[in-house]
Amino acid sequence: MALDDLYREVILDHYTRPRNKGTMDGADITVEGANPLCGDELSVYVKLTGGRISDVRFVGRGCSISQASASMMTDQIKGKTLHEARALVGQFKAMMHGEEVPEEELGDLMALQGVRKFPVRIKCATLAWVALDQGVEEFESARGKVEAKATSEVE
Amino acid sequence: MMTERVREDFPILKQTVYGKPLVYLDSAATSQKPRRVIDALVRYYQEYNANIHRGIYRIAEEATMRYEQSRGEIAAFIGATRPEEVVFTRSTTEAINLVAYAWGRANIRAGDEIILTEMEHHSNLVPWQLLAAEKQAKLRFIPFDGQGILQLDEYQRLLSERTKLVAVTHQSNVLGTINPIKEIAMTAHAAGATVLVDAAQSVPHMPVNVSDLGADFVAFSGHKMCGPTGAGVLWARYDLLDAMPPFHGGGEMIMLVQLESSTYKDPPHKFEAGTPSIADCIVLGDAVDYLQGIGMAAIRAHEQRLTDYTLRRLAEVGGVTLFGPRQLDRRGGVVAFATDVAHPHDVAQVLDQEGIAVRAGHHCTQPLHRRLGVAATTRASLYLYNNESDIDALVRGLHVARKLFSPRPAPVQR
Repeated sequence: MALDDLYREVILDHYTRPRNKGTMDGADITVEGANPLCGDELSVYVKLTGGRISDVRFVGRGCSISQASASMMTDQIKGKTLHEARALVGQFKAMMHGEEVPEEELGDLMALQGVRKFPVRIKCATLAWVALDQGVEEFESARGKVEAKATSEVE
Repeated sequence: MMTERVREDFPILKQTVYGKPLVYLDSAATSQKPRRVIDALVRYYQEYNANIHRGIYRIAEEATMRYEQSRGEIAAFIGATRPEEVVFTRSTTEAINLVAYAWGRANIRAGDEIILTEMEHHSNLVPWQLLAAEKQAKLRFIPFDGQGILQLDEYQRLLSERTKLVAVTHQSNVLGTINPIKEIAMTAHAAGATVLVDAAQSVPHMPVNVSDLGADFVAFSGHKMCGPTGAGVLWARYDLLDAMPPFHGGGEMIMLVQLESSTYKDPPHKFEAGTPSIADCIVLGDAVDYLQGIGMAAIRAHEQRLTDYTLRRLAEVGGVTLFGPRQLDRRGGVVAFATDVAHPHDVAQVLDQEGIAVRAGHHCTQPLHRRLGVAATTRASLYLYNNESDIDALVRGLHVARKLFSPRPAPVQR
């Protein structure tokens, strides 16, 4: 097992020069993720405009895999609807768990495939994605409640 | 001490990992085993495997005799006044839980206080949290300073007539700090408190004499001192053991059992319910004999020299923050560090590719790491079989890691 199978150049690039790193004021979705095993922590912020993700940021500390994966995620979900973003989360998690997924949909994220050979590191790669998924779910269920309430009030 | 001859005793050191010789720097987690320990395990299973303390036949008698003989060897090794003060447990963790359960439940009451330190391993923290929650007792913590030295003036302030127990690690498994147990125990006793020492990181690495330490309970693990996993030790003053109710109930620990009640054996058997890890407990005696053959003072001196070399070499790497005391007489061979560019998991991963085994993470000390202000550290821990070339390999690996994770120039945009 060669080290560069795990630490692909694109991963190291995102780790050393993370994209969309920073906090965000007035985010529609704010969610925190943590891996208690290694102490990695991160927060993801999502801004929605017209039903699409118009901006996304993350802050956190952790290993190269968790930080690069978060950076790549922010790059890929910008412009997507929440539904599309969650579909990508599903595909990414499927890839990390060894399932065949269409390469064109994941793009650069395919570089994280090498992590699969290191079972203890898979949770590092999925940290940001699990957090995003949870954040979107909470946002949608809160919105659902608001809408349900609005509907019942009209009735 | 002749390190090269010692290395010959450990078959695993001939292993290669990814085609590179194994460099084992994780002895604080578990030590490697010398040939005679491995052979003694095989001998038990091949020649006299039988349950102890009940068989009337020859090999059961031999197993029983060797089990008790091992207890005697361990007692002598740690300077116990009698073998009955040595209780076999599964591990340090089980030994501490035994005290928290059996002694703690009988002696800790609402409003009582237990003093711990901020550098405890979770195994000397969580059992007391459980006990404190059950008894509405309070936990107090002795802080440590920037060098990882306990602030004993704070300890003095924490001690009061409410203090019932002081439970302290002898040597930190992260900072390497060796705590002044004798002084801590004396002060605790003067305040009427009982003292427990987590000696998991000290008994394997330096001469430890329980009578001299002045503690009431001392816990340690066999697998960190060249013995097999599954055998640990609780040493306690006999009068304390005698007054304590049992821990586990079952076979081996009873005198007379009736349907409604039972009477128990005397210590240590009162605390050894069920079939113990017979082979592992017997062979821990062999491990002790092996260590004594080399000499604990010689092992301590070797590790001190190598710790000095490790600290100096790591400081030369650049971008490395070292934790723990600088003074060699105040620390053992456990060296935790952080690097400027690479996360501990990435460091450990790169080192693994070079055949180097180190630990990355919080090493079962989350509060300690929170105190240091880092989520995780990389830890290299030394033992009698490590040498300077192990440290040279570590340093080479760290250079690889730093290069790999250093920011690279932004690609030229065309």
